[in-house]
Amino acid sequence: MTARIGVVTFPGSLDDRDAVRAVTLAGAEAVSLWHAEPDLRGVDAVILPGGFSYGDYLRCGAIARFAPVMGSIVKAATDDGLPVLGICNGFQILCESHLLPGALTRNQHLHFRNRDQALRIESNDTAWTSAYEKDQEILVPVKNGEGCYVADERTLDELDSTGRVIARYVGGNPNGSLRDIAGITNAAGNVVGLMPHPEHAVEELTGPSVDGLGFFTSVLQKLVTK
Amino acid sequence: MARVVVDVMLKPEILDPQGQAIANALPTLGFSAITAVRQGKRFEVEIDGELTEDVLAEVTRAAGTLLSNPVIEDFTVHAGDGEPGGRRPAGEPAGEERATVEAQEKAETAAEPSA
Repeated sequence: MTARIGVVTFPGSLDDRDAVRAVTLAGAEAVSLWHAEPDLRGVDAVILPGGFSYGDYLRCGAIARFAPVMGSIVKAATDDGLPVLGICNGFQILCESHLLPGALTRNQHLHFRNRDQALRIESNDTAWTSAYEKDQEILVPVKNGEGCYVADERTLDELDSTGRVIARYVGGNPNGSLRDIAGITNAAGNVVGLMPHPEHAVEELTGPSVDGLGFFTSVLQKLVTK
Repeated sequence: MARVVVDVMLKPEILDPQGQAIANALPTLGFSAITAVRQGKRFEVEIDGELTEDVLAEVTRAAGTLLSNPVIEDFTVHAGDGEPGGRRPAGEPAGEERATVEAQEKAETAAEPSA
């Protein structure tokens, strides 16, 4: 039986279909989850997709954090080690939920950035990055208006010293993110937040590469060998 | 019915690019005295019934839970129409005070040279 990976749809989610497609291409069964339903339908992992949940009202991810489905996800991620990947808006939701430290704020230059972006994978010791070589460079799209990662110095030092920065921007920082941080993980390595979009880089026809597929095959590998 | 005002500001150490953009635009409009701007949010919360300590504590909890993100923002909660420092002293009707402030603003606007 193949692994079941849930993809949550919030009102205003944009990339849930692409995430479903990426999960399927990686060889897993994609399960659609609805923001208003606390039932996780027995999934083995969850993806919070990109987009503009609740219109980004108040702060990005601030209202989505309190959706019924999030209560179940936070509990399962904390108590049972459920693998959770938050992409873009999903990363913002994970920070608002305090599953990940810090916050995502308005791009320093105030412009929305939409381009193909090189990243360096700095930790392959997480549920979502094990398919990559350490320090492997990948090319995936980035598209955000509020992707500037901020945290206090102590938190940044801790992330650095414990290898919890999983990806950094190379060849230019698209949003002013502190220490060029593109993605981080929690201490246990099951929760990962990433600002760029690996789900848009899974097919030659539509992506700048197929480098993004590794995030989805990583979790599949972990679930199958569990 | 009572009103509680919650003001939310980015913590001083957090960069505020929106405030900076506003500050950069002001001199081009002739507002040369302003050197820096930080942008925040103001929430006006309506309360059913009397404003008790319990209700104020509840609004404070809401401010720390949803209205602000304590990782990057600070907030203040004050009763009344937004005067910092708590409740309006008895015998000072809100309407009159607001009218006074509006009149002052109108006078200042009128005194402003048209840019």
